[in-house]
Amino acid sequence: MNLLLDLALVAWLVVLALHVARTGDDRNAIVAFIAFGLLLGLAWTRLGAIDVALTEAAIGGGITGLLLLRAEAHLRRGRQADGAPRQGGGAKTIVAALASAVVALGLGLAVLAFPSPAPTLAQPALAAIDATGLGNPVTAVLLAYRALDTLLEKVVVLLALLGVWALTPDNLWGGAPELKEANPPQPLLYLARTLPPFGVLIAVYMVWVGADAPGGTFQAGSILAAMWLLVMLAGLSPAPETRSRLLRLLLVGGPALFFAIGFLGFAVAGGFLAYPKPLAKALIVGIEAALTVAIALALGLLVAGPSNKAPAR
Amino acid sequence: MTLAALDSATLFGLCGAALAGIGLFVVIAHPGLLRRLVGFNILGAGIFMVFGAVARRGAAAGLPGDPVPQAMVITGIVVAFSASALAVALLRRLFDLTGRDSLEPPAAGKTPRAES
Repeated sequence: MNLLLDLALVAWLVVLALHVARTGDDRNAIVAFIAFGLLLGLAWTRLGAIDVALTEAAIGGGITGLLLLRAEAHLRRGRQADGAPRQGGGAKTIVAALASAVVALGLGLAVLAFPSPAPTLAQPALAAIDATGLGNPVTAVLLAYRALDTLLEKVVVLLALLGVWALTPDNLWGGAPELKEANPPQPLLYLARTLPPFGVLIAVYMVWVGADAPGGTFQAGSILAAMWLLVMLAGLSPAPETRSRLLRLLLVGGPALFFAIGFLGFAVAGGFLAYPKPLAKALIVGIEAALTVAIALALGLLVAGPSNKAPAR
Repeated sequence: MTLAALDSATLFGLCGAALAGIGLFVVIAHPGLLRRLVGFNILGAGIFMVFGAVARRGAAAGLPGDPVPQAMVITGIVVAFSASALAVALLRRLFDLTGRDSLEPPAAGKTPRAES
């Protein structure tokens, strides 16, 4: 029975991916990609990775989908109606198909050749978990054992945001990105008024429960970002100006606190990003809270894009 | 290998391999940059899924999977999103400046749009 469910999921995933490859219309492909992201979330639950499933559904399906749909709408508005679909060259397509098939085949063979018994770090991850005061081993990996990865990833997100902002035309630098549609439809306005309280509640719950159960900073941050984007898209609250000092402080605040606690580790616990044992859980939850705000802001601003309004004088 | 011997980790691992192949094909073969970006995301999803199969096979000590690869995939998803957002911003700027959404040479008889 379960195998049947897995087979159905796999079949849908492959079919949707093929649809993305074959369809002529970009919007069509993006809608298929959003469905693909949600099904991928289901697939992750089948792989026993609930934390990943939450992240994939929120970021992979939801926010990436929004980003791509907005880009498509922008291109569609600006493009002269030249209806003719573009054709790839025949020989080139065949070579690309062959190359991709070889890569897929190689990966598939690698999957079939996985060593057995499989190497695993589950036992060491659980063995040391009491020292962190956490109950969710994935959170323990993210914020304690491999905290350096998470820290650097926050820096990557900020660098990407810098890159996006750097594409602002000179005369608009420091202004606000404009997300609002000219005439937001009524259902959007309604949702933007009713959903955010629930979204914020779910996000706070996810940060808190993430210490012991599936959930955590990324998932909560992406839900907060989604709620914020909803409000901005409906025009209920304008996007902040990118020159705002408060905004920049909040963006840098999460990673900065992380760095500060990391360096504090040299003084009190004998190494970078080492936590003193009695305080470990309090420090981790504190870092998570600050990071959630920074992640939510950064994800929202990444979708919003560079500013396209001149700053108010 | 018979179908009965196919466990779900292997099945999703193979699915991930297929997705990576399809994504790579879109990235190479499709002329539109936006579609290439969708392909890039599918390619990433496939690689993550292969990694998820590794995590699932590492299930031990009462956990449903090895937490280390799972945490790395979460990090990877966020980084992939950041890269996509940067790519979208670059694409929109390219489009605003040149009126093109592809790196292919423009078809004959079309002039690039003037900068607005």
